[in-house]
Amino acid sequence: MTLDQITEKILKQIDESGLRQEGAFNLRHNGTALCHGDSEHIKIKKKEDKPGIDVYIDGDAKGEQVHIPVVVDASGMTDIVYNDFFVAEGAEVIIIAGCGIHNSGCNESRHDGIHSFHVAKGANVHYEEKHYGEGEGTGAKVLNPVTNIYMEEDAVFTLDTAQIKGVDSTQRETNISMGKGAKLYVVEKLMTHDNQTAVSNMEVQMNGEGSSAQIVSRSVAKGSSKQVFHPKAVGNAGCHAHVQCDSIIMDHAEVSSIPEINARHLDAAIIHEAAIGRINDEQLVKLRTMGMTEEEAESVIIDNFLN
Amino acid sequence: MLEVRNLTFKVNENGIERSIVKNISFEAADGEMLVITGPNGGGKSSLAKVLMGIEAADEGQIILDGEDITSLDINHRANAGIGFAFQQPPRFKGMTVIRLLSLAAGRELKKHECCKMLSAVGLCANEYITREVDGTLSGGEMKRLEIATVLAKPHKLCIFDEPEAGIDLWSFSMLVQQFEKIHERKEQSLILISHQERIIGMADRIMVIEDGRIGALGAREDILPTLMGSADACTCLTR
Repeated sequence: MTLDQITEKILKQIDESGLRQEGAFNLRHNGTALCHGDSEHIKIKKKEDKPGIDVYIDGDAKGEQVHIPVVVDASGMTDIVYNDFFVAEGAEVIIIAGCGIHNSGCNESRHDGIHSFHVAKGANVHYEEKHYGEGEGTGAKVLNPVTNIYMEEDAVFTLDTAQIKGVDSTQRETNISMGKGAKLYVVEKLMTHDNQTAVSNMEVQMNGEGSSAQIVSRSVAKGSSKQVFHPKAVGNAGCHAHVQCDSIIMDHAEVSSIPEINARHLDAAIIHEAAIGRINDEQLVKLRTMGMTEEEAESVIIDNFLN
Repeated sequence: MLEVRNLTFKVNENGIERSIVKNISFEAADGEMLVITGPNGGGKSSLAKVLMGIEAADEGQIILDGEDITSLDINHRANAGIGFAFQQPPRFKGMTVIRLLSLAAGRELKKHECCKMLSAVGLCANEYITREVDGTLSGGEMKRLEIATVLAKPHKLCIFDEPEAGIDLWSFSMLVQQFEKIHERKEQSLILISHQERIIGMADRIMVIEDGRIGALGAREDILPTLMGSADACTCLTR
């Protein structure tokens, strides 16, 4: 179907690989499913009891993509959606989500995406989620995602989230439980500016022997924005986890990093590293010796830091 | 051609002004290799930073190809044709080696171009191009990458601050070959700050800086024999 200009523009921001309206996809627009499609191995069903979809990915899905973007361009709208993903044993899938808000009015526009992933034994999921806000209105653009991930034995999950720009307020809640031999990779990228606020709470329960988690969070706080990170890794079995939070702070921004690591087993090895600091002068000078202005150098450092 | 006239650079330490570079004048001809050496803390690196604009001269003039660049800032001097390799290069979290080299080259490099640049400084190319320029690279790897960033595009004048520091013997030999190649082409002037005999031995001219001043300046043949025999008679010890 033909999409309007605003929707097309937002989709380009939140779904870089492009929503081609083929294979498995579901485009949610202002609280309703605008269009959707299934593939041979991936079926999408509308929930009967609440807003949202159930996505069933069978074990024969190998490297397939599912696109489930959300666009909110009605000012003053609060959109809550519950999406559940059932990934069968041995499946390999790339799920591309993301939400963009265009607010041209004076009322708050908000989207709460509550996503639950049930990842069966040996399945491999790569989940990308980009958040973006725009619009000339004074109304706030708010995104409060909740991500629940249940990983069975030897499941692999890559959680790649990015808040690009324009989101006035976000509160992210992520809860993950891991079975035996499960592997988790998390990359969280966040940029805030002006008076924006962002809170990210994450709890990883490593319940299975040999499970491992690698969590990398990188953020840039500009203007008078505020960020709070609270990653918590709990080792309930012999496991390995490495949590790394790096933030660049600029202008009058404020960043808090509150790590929590909890070992409840003798063979749980959990490491946390956190660093907050301004852009290094030596980095700026090095790039300026390549011919860049200070502003250009700063932009390059931020872009690559969040890359 | 680089002309440096009566260059002075001072620092203020706890309210007390101290001259680090004292009234230094010299020239570097097109295609010339000038090696600056001398005791640690003598002002060599400070002089290099003043030439690049990283530190501002308090007095004197710096002229590149007839243009007075004394008041230009770092990026304008870079665009005027000066390249600079730091003694201790910074690390960039999130930036890949190929991205850094592309920025240095001023264009998007193809994989094979990047590989060639890295190979020239002794880095096994395929292994490195997608690595991050962060704490996972050793000091020696960072140093060789730093040199590659300067060699990534042609300059009128390249300044290398102790290029040999932290580099293993095998890579150092490759680096010396690179300097020899650049020198043979005579397309770029080279200023190398070095304590390394093999690098000093490649110079067209040698400048010895002691206590912020030029202690000696002349052709390699004239300076090198004196330099090799002067370790026990360093003026800063005998003065």
